Amino acid sequence: MDWNAFNPLAALSGGALIGFAALILFLGIGRIAGVSGVLGQVLQRPDSETGWRLAFVIGLPLGALLMARVLGDVIPHVATGTLGLIAAGLLVGYGTRLGSGCTSGHGICGLARLSPRSLVAVLLFMASAMATVFVTRHLLGVSSS
Amino acid sequence: MTRIITALLAGLIFGAGLALSGMADPQKVLAFLDLGAIATGGWDPSLAFVMGGGLIVTLPGFAIARRRNRPVVAETFAWPTASAIDKPLLAGAVLFGIGWGLAGICPGPALTLLALDGTAAIIFFAAMLAGMILFAVQKQIGR
Repeated sequence: MDWNAFNPLAALSGGALIGFAALILFLGIGRIAGVSGVLGQVLQRPDSETGWRLAFVIGLPLGALLMARVLGDVIPHVATGTLGLIAAGLLVGYGTRLGSGCTSGHGICGLARLSPRSLVAVLLFMASAMATVFVTRHLLGVSSS
Repeated sequence: MTRIITALLAGLIFGAGLALSGMADPQKVLAFLDLGAIATGGWDPSLAFVMGGGLIVTLPGFAIARRRNRPVVAETFAWPTASAIDKPLLAGAVLFGIGWGLAGICPGPALTLLALDGTAAIIFFAAMLAGMILFAVQKQIGR
């Protein structure tokens, strides 16, 4: 294990914040905080749901910016090249809409609802992502660190 | 208006959580997904605790919601109704996983990266939106 990078407390408290946000959205306005679902539906014809969806989508980067200011050391590292980013983005966008959810909708909300459908989705996309990293880093030897 | 303010507050806290948790850093995500690095001591399991931290809050939270008739500032709970473990669910999860493993970015962090990073974030976000639009178009023409 990489003990220098291991920081379970930040991960745990960040996760709890994400959980609180999902609860505020559900107990407050009765909607699931699934980022891919909210984003995908913002792109469709405007209706009475568009307002809150846009507000949620705008809040995400602003909240991250505020937290980055507070912590002072949140520097994301993107090591994937342009073509890789385009392929990855297309797959993430299309796949999450086809599979009706992502890490937040199936993961944080679906698992908490004890949904077997979400459990299957989470196990499958985790396995698929881990297999992809194994292929790119260890079989093809694409070093991205 | 209260719905919009509630959603904005939820978005702000969600984004802050992503930044604090490490999920906003694609390299951290890839280091978590890299089980092949266990052998060489390079695996970073931190991000497993993100889902743990989230579920500690949402498991009791959704149980509370189940006992309520309606949310605080809206008429009804939009409980998800789909329960079928069908082909779209499986295929979608696999495709999403491949994309996630390629760049280390899932939809929430794609949004926070827009605030924390430059060009790479915009390229990924644009491609992700294109993928979502592609799905919507395909659904519209009914295949």
